[in-house]
Parts: sequence; structure tokens; C-alpha cells
Amino acid sequence: MKISKIKKLLDAKVICCEHLLETEVNSACGSDMMSDVLAFVKDNAVLLTGLVNPQVIRTAEMMDIKCIVFVRGKEPTENVIELAQSMEIAILTTDERMYVACGKLYMNGLEGGSVITS
Amino acid sequence: MSEPVVLKYNVDGENFTSAGEASVAVKKSLRQMGFPPEAIRRVSIAMYEGEINMVIHADGGEATVNVYPDKIEIILADKGPGIADISLAMQEGYSTAPDNIRSLGFGAGMGLPNMKRYTDDMRIESEVGVGTTVYMTVNV
Ligand SMILES: Nc1ncnc2c1ncn2[C@@H]1O[C@H](COP(=O)(O)OP(=O)(O)OP(=O)(O)O)[C@@H](O)[C@H]1O
Ligand SMILES: [Mg+2]
Repeated sequence: MKISKIKKLLDAKVICCEHLLETEVNSACGSDMMSDVLAFVKDNAVLLTGLVNPQVIRTAEMMDIKCIVFVRGKEPTENVIELAQSMEIAILTTDERMYVACGKLYMNGLEGGSVITS
Repeated sequence: MSEPVVLKYNVDGENFTSAGEASVAVKKSLRQMGFPPEAIRRVSIAMYEGEINMVIHADGGEATVNVYPDKIEIILADKGPGIADISLAMQEGYSTAPDNIRSLGFGAGMGLPNMKRYTDDMRIESEVGVGTTVYMTVNV
């Protein structure tokens, strides 16, 4: 699914890296716990989260995640936006809550990834 | 064996905002050195978890990364409170992180298990009241 489609499905606003909108993502992960995100292995994922601190951006960078969606209308601060820009990570923000945002993407064919278990 | 490229960082324990910066820098260096993306990701995730642990549980410390052509060693040393029961700390879901840390997105008790999962070798040396050193190796 293209990031532009995620934007449309979630009626989201693009905060930075608009040039990545035509990038494809293959799976999604929704969590407010960064170690849960880091236990997740799929390539080309989008991260949905209600947290807006710099560690969210660094966690995404560690995982090679190219797009983060902030749910519940969360707006990142300027320093968080700058960090995302420097790492070329697209940031979207939606008024939807986590459950609904994930549900909409799943219903439209974006699958969850797997978690390494051993 | 050839001499490794050594990367060293001070991890600031006072400032949570900067937590993870050393891991970001290592990732960048390994990319520039041309390592395969999968190896880089494993090193990055394992080091990032360990770096965050030093900040939230041990008031910071020192990170050393030894880069060999065929393996990468990560050594994270702190002078924090130490870990009394290492096998308990290694269990998924075990965490002593307080609520303010949880609200920042950490404290799921998944960091040490993730570090083990993503590395080929991991060893913890810890003494209560003295500090903790975590040694990890990722084979390229
Ligand atoms: N460097 C350290 N110094 C002292 N205690 C530590 C250190 N690293 C880990 N611990 C202890 O081990 C526990 C488990 O660590 P682990 O990284 O698995 O989980 P966490 O940091 O609490 O949460 P998460 O990593 O999921 O955000 C910690 O809660 C803490 O009690
Ligand atoms: Mg941890």
C-alpha cells in the first residue's frame, strides 16, 4: 500500500517528507511500547503510535521504517519533526484512535507483520 | 585477525531526549562502511535497546563498538545499580521501569529478550551497586 493511500484512508495530514508519499509499505505495526515495535521484523512497515517523542523517530530509524502515523490527533514538536526529516521518515497525523486507524488499514489489505519468537 | 574499527560514545544519563543517539550514529557509520542492511538492522536494534537501558536504568554509561569485517561487537558498560537476578531480567515482560518511563514508550520488559534475539552472542556481567556490562556480537 502506498503512503498516499494511508493518508487518504485515515484522512491524515502530512507533517513531513511529502516526497515519500508514493513509497510502498508492506505491513503495519501499532504500539505505544517501543520494545514491542523492536520485536517486530517485517520489512517496509508503517508504525502507528500515540507517542510523539524523539525515541519514536529513532526506533523507526533502527527498524528502517519509512512512515510513522501519529494517532488521536497528536502533533509532534519542531525538534521531533526535524529529526524525522533528517532521517527521511514521513510523518502523518490522524484524528482516528489507534484501534480504528489500524482497523481501517487492515480492512483495506495492509497486513500485520510477524514477531520473532525465538 | 585484522584490527577492528573502534567507535566509542558517552551515553548521557541525564537527558532522555538524546537517548538513542549513539545507536543512530553507529547505524550511519555501518551504512557508510557498506555492511549488509540486515546485519546493520540487527546491530542497531540490539545496541539501541541496550543504550536505552543504560539511560533509564543506570544513569548512562559508555558504548564501544568494535567493527571487524566479519563481525560486530557491542560493549555497553555502566556504573548503575546492577542487576540482582539476570535470568529474571531476561524474561519477557519483566521490568522495573516506573510509570513515567512507561509513558515514554519503554518498560515493556522486552529489551533484553530483543537483544538476545537479534544477536549471535550475548553476555551480561553485573554486580549490584557496581554496574553492568553487556557484551553482544553480531556475525555479518
Ligand atoms: N543497564 C542496566 N542496569 C540496571 N538494570 C538493568 C539494566 N538493563 C536492564 N536492567 C533491568 O532489567 C529489567 C529488564 O530489562 P529490559 O530491557 O528487558 O526491559 P525494560 O527496559 O524494563 O523495558 P523495555 O526494554 O521493554 O522498554 C529492567 O526493567 C531493569 O530492572
Ligand atoms: Mg529495556
